[in-house]
Amino acid sequence: MRRAYFKFSWIAAALVAPQLLIIFVFFYWPSAQALYWAFTLEQPWGGGNTWVGFDNFRNALSDPYYWSSVRVSVIYALATTVLAMTMALTLAIFADRQLAGYKAYRVAIIWPYAVAAPAVGLAFQFVFNPGAGIFSYINTIAPGWWDLSKYPWQAVTAIVIAGAWKQVAYSFIFFLAALQSIPRSLTEAAAMDGARPLRRMLDLQLPLLTPTFFFLLVINITDSFTDSFGIVDTLTGGGPFRATDLMVYKIYTDGFRGLDYSGAAAQSIILMLLVMALTFVQFRYVERRVHYT
Amino acid sequence: MTQKLATAALVLAATAGSASAEKIKFEYWYGLTGDLGAVVAETCNRFNASQDQFEAVCVGQDGYEKAVQNTIAAFRAGKHPTLLQSFDAGTADLMLSGEFYPVTQLMADTGVTIDWADYFPGIANYYSSTSGEFFSMPWNSSTPVYYFNKDHFAKAGITEAPVTWEGMEAAFKALKASGQACSLAYAPSSWIDLEQFSMVHNIPVASNNNGYDGLDTELLYNTTLHVQHMENIQRWINEGYAMLRTQAAGKTSRDSFVEGECSVFFSSIADHNTIHKLKPAFGWDVQIIPTYEGVERHNTVVGGASLWVLSGKTDEEYKAAANYLAFLATKEEQQFLLENTGYIPVTKSTYDALLAEGFYAREPFINRDIAMKSLTWTEPTELTRGIRLGSMIQIRSEWTAEVEAALAGQKTMKEALDIAVSRGNEHLARFARTYAGKSFP
Repeated sequence: MRRAYFKFSWIAAALVAPQLLIIFVFFYWPSAQALYWAFTLEQPWGGGNTWVGFDNFRNALSDPYYWSSVRVSVIYALATTVLAMTMALTLAIFADRQLAGYKAYRVAIIWPYAVAAPAVGLAFQFVFNPGAGIFSYINTIAPGWWDLSKYPWQAVTAIVIAGAWKQVAYSFIFFLAALQSIPRSLTEAAAMDGARPLRRMLDLQLPLLTPTFFFLLVINITDSFTDSFGIVDTLTGGGPFRATDLMVYKIYTDGFRGLDYSGAAAQSIILMLLVMALTFVQFRYVERRVHYT
Repeated sequence: MTQKLATAALVLAATAGSASAEKIKFEYWYGLTGDLGAVVAETCNRFNASQDQFEAVCVGQDGYEKAVQNTIAAFRAGKHPTLLQSFDAGTADLMLSGEFYPVTQLMADTGVTIDWADYFPGIANYYSSTSGEFFSMPWNSSTPVYYFNKDHFAKAGITEAPVTWEGMEAAFKALKASGQACSLAYAPSSWIDLEQFSMVHNIPVASNNNGYDGLDTELLYNTTLHVQHMENIQRWINEGYAMLRTQAAGKTSRDSFVEGECSVFFSSIADHNTIHKLKPAFGWDVQIIPTYEGVERHNTVVGGASLWVLSGKTDEEYKAAANYLAFLATKEEQQFLLENTGYIPVTKSTYDALLAEGFYAREPFINRDIAMKSLTWTEPTELTRGIRLGSMIQIRSEWTAEVEAALAGQKTMKEALDIAVSRGNEHLARFARTYAGKSFP
């Protein structure tokens, strides 16, 4: 394969510089600071810090509540990804098949992506409220059954639903675009051979969608670790006794609320490594199964 | 020539104009929100209107926690305010960093006179050093009371609001017998159920006299009467006398009380004005928090927040802030605060003057001074001075999370409190290591 060589160009450097500056200021610099704080005990109002080596990491990793936080985060990530991608794929296939009203759906389904996570959490708070929300109708049939503040599994279900709802929009657009890039001749040939829509979907569309699948899998899982903060903060506030204490939320409560900057910095580093590891695993093992045309 | 004259005249006019309008400004970041936040903004306007030398620029921070967080971030960038309204749990770090200007010293340095002896000891002790020097200025002070539905009590034949927990339990039983489904709207609150409970019973929350005497403190509340109290609360919920009412459960305890669903709820006296505004459709009143029989009642301590003067500002800003604080301490400004909120007076002279005027005999202030009686029941002892613990926010949230888990049936109350104490002790140990070699001033 031939490689293209470009001469160094000042214009190129100047165009890239702002983006590099942003990445440096908003990622590398804070990460370096967090790395430094994670190995020391930082006083909130300044005035010095003590070097403690790996103590912060040891404290975090030996805390049973930290591990339950990791577990809930992983469950949340997988559940929202599966739910969001399934919904998005179904909707995209319907829109691709041009079922009734598909034009309106094509435009409207992208809108939830523009809604900020805290707004989503607030809206779903009204839906899930045990006394006055839509789910309160369950309580009229079986009193006291639906209570977000008592049953951890209900709180987790609530944030999964809210998180998945938010992520459907993004996945939908990519799936729809990928579906529409499948040549019509292939679909027509399959139809002429007697394949029904379901068979066409399973044998034709899904395999050709695998690149998009892979991309959305990585994006959705990474996003669900970080974007979930707004939803948890407004919907459950960490949930009944830490049941929805996602890793990113625990960093906020420990660091900003509890003024334990070093512990929170250590947790941030661990979260960053976890997301990097997950992405690495996906690239190494899942990408093999992707058919690139 | 005329052009030069014209420009010279213009420049002269511009500089002259700015020189005369120069007020010394200082920034004040406060944490109160809603109605109460509007009152704070109003005090700033009143201060600015009352004199023309200084100007207070007051910025609401949407909550005590956010006020402290934002100020820390601003402090690290050198852009912090002169005055900060900080709640009790946020002050340990500030105290140990030394980045504040004790108000006693501030007043002495700027030549503003304040009668420090006029402050109620129960209030003064919470905000001062062991030598009696005030670190921060008390302003919006409150203490817990319980609100009860007079109509429900009358229907159940209860003539006097109980001041003991045994009397409270008897009242619950009477209320239930008279057909009341919910006697107590309960929301776990470490401030009321743990801290104030320990104060009024003169039992320790932590060693080292609740943290005043050193940083090697350990929590003790899983070995005191507090355990029995929480077990009683759990029993009352299980037996149907009390119900859990929190925001997450759909309805707060205050809403539950105001709607007439539950007969009793515990809260700060600061809610007194808010409840008046909500105009419940029944007669209601307040009473001091109960104690257990056989234990001598002691004073409760203040909650609310105090005003801290931060370091690293100019002398002029300090002078302006000192004048503002002195302004707030006058009787007229305290009265303004009391008329518009449920807070209580912080100086003895103001309280005496208001009593003489019949302030507390008028609606809607009737019986609000029962909070003063609670605060001044006894002289503060070593255990009832207050609480000075590091990582206080986390200690409180550990308590709340564990108690909620116990009330939901996930573990026994004793186990929950033991876990909360051991986790709290880890926080305290880390706090001590962070500030190794330092002690509270």
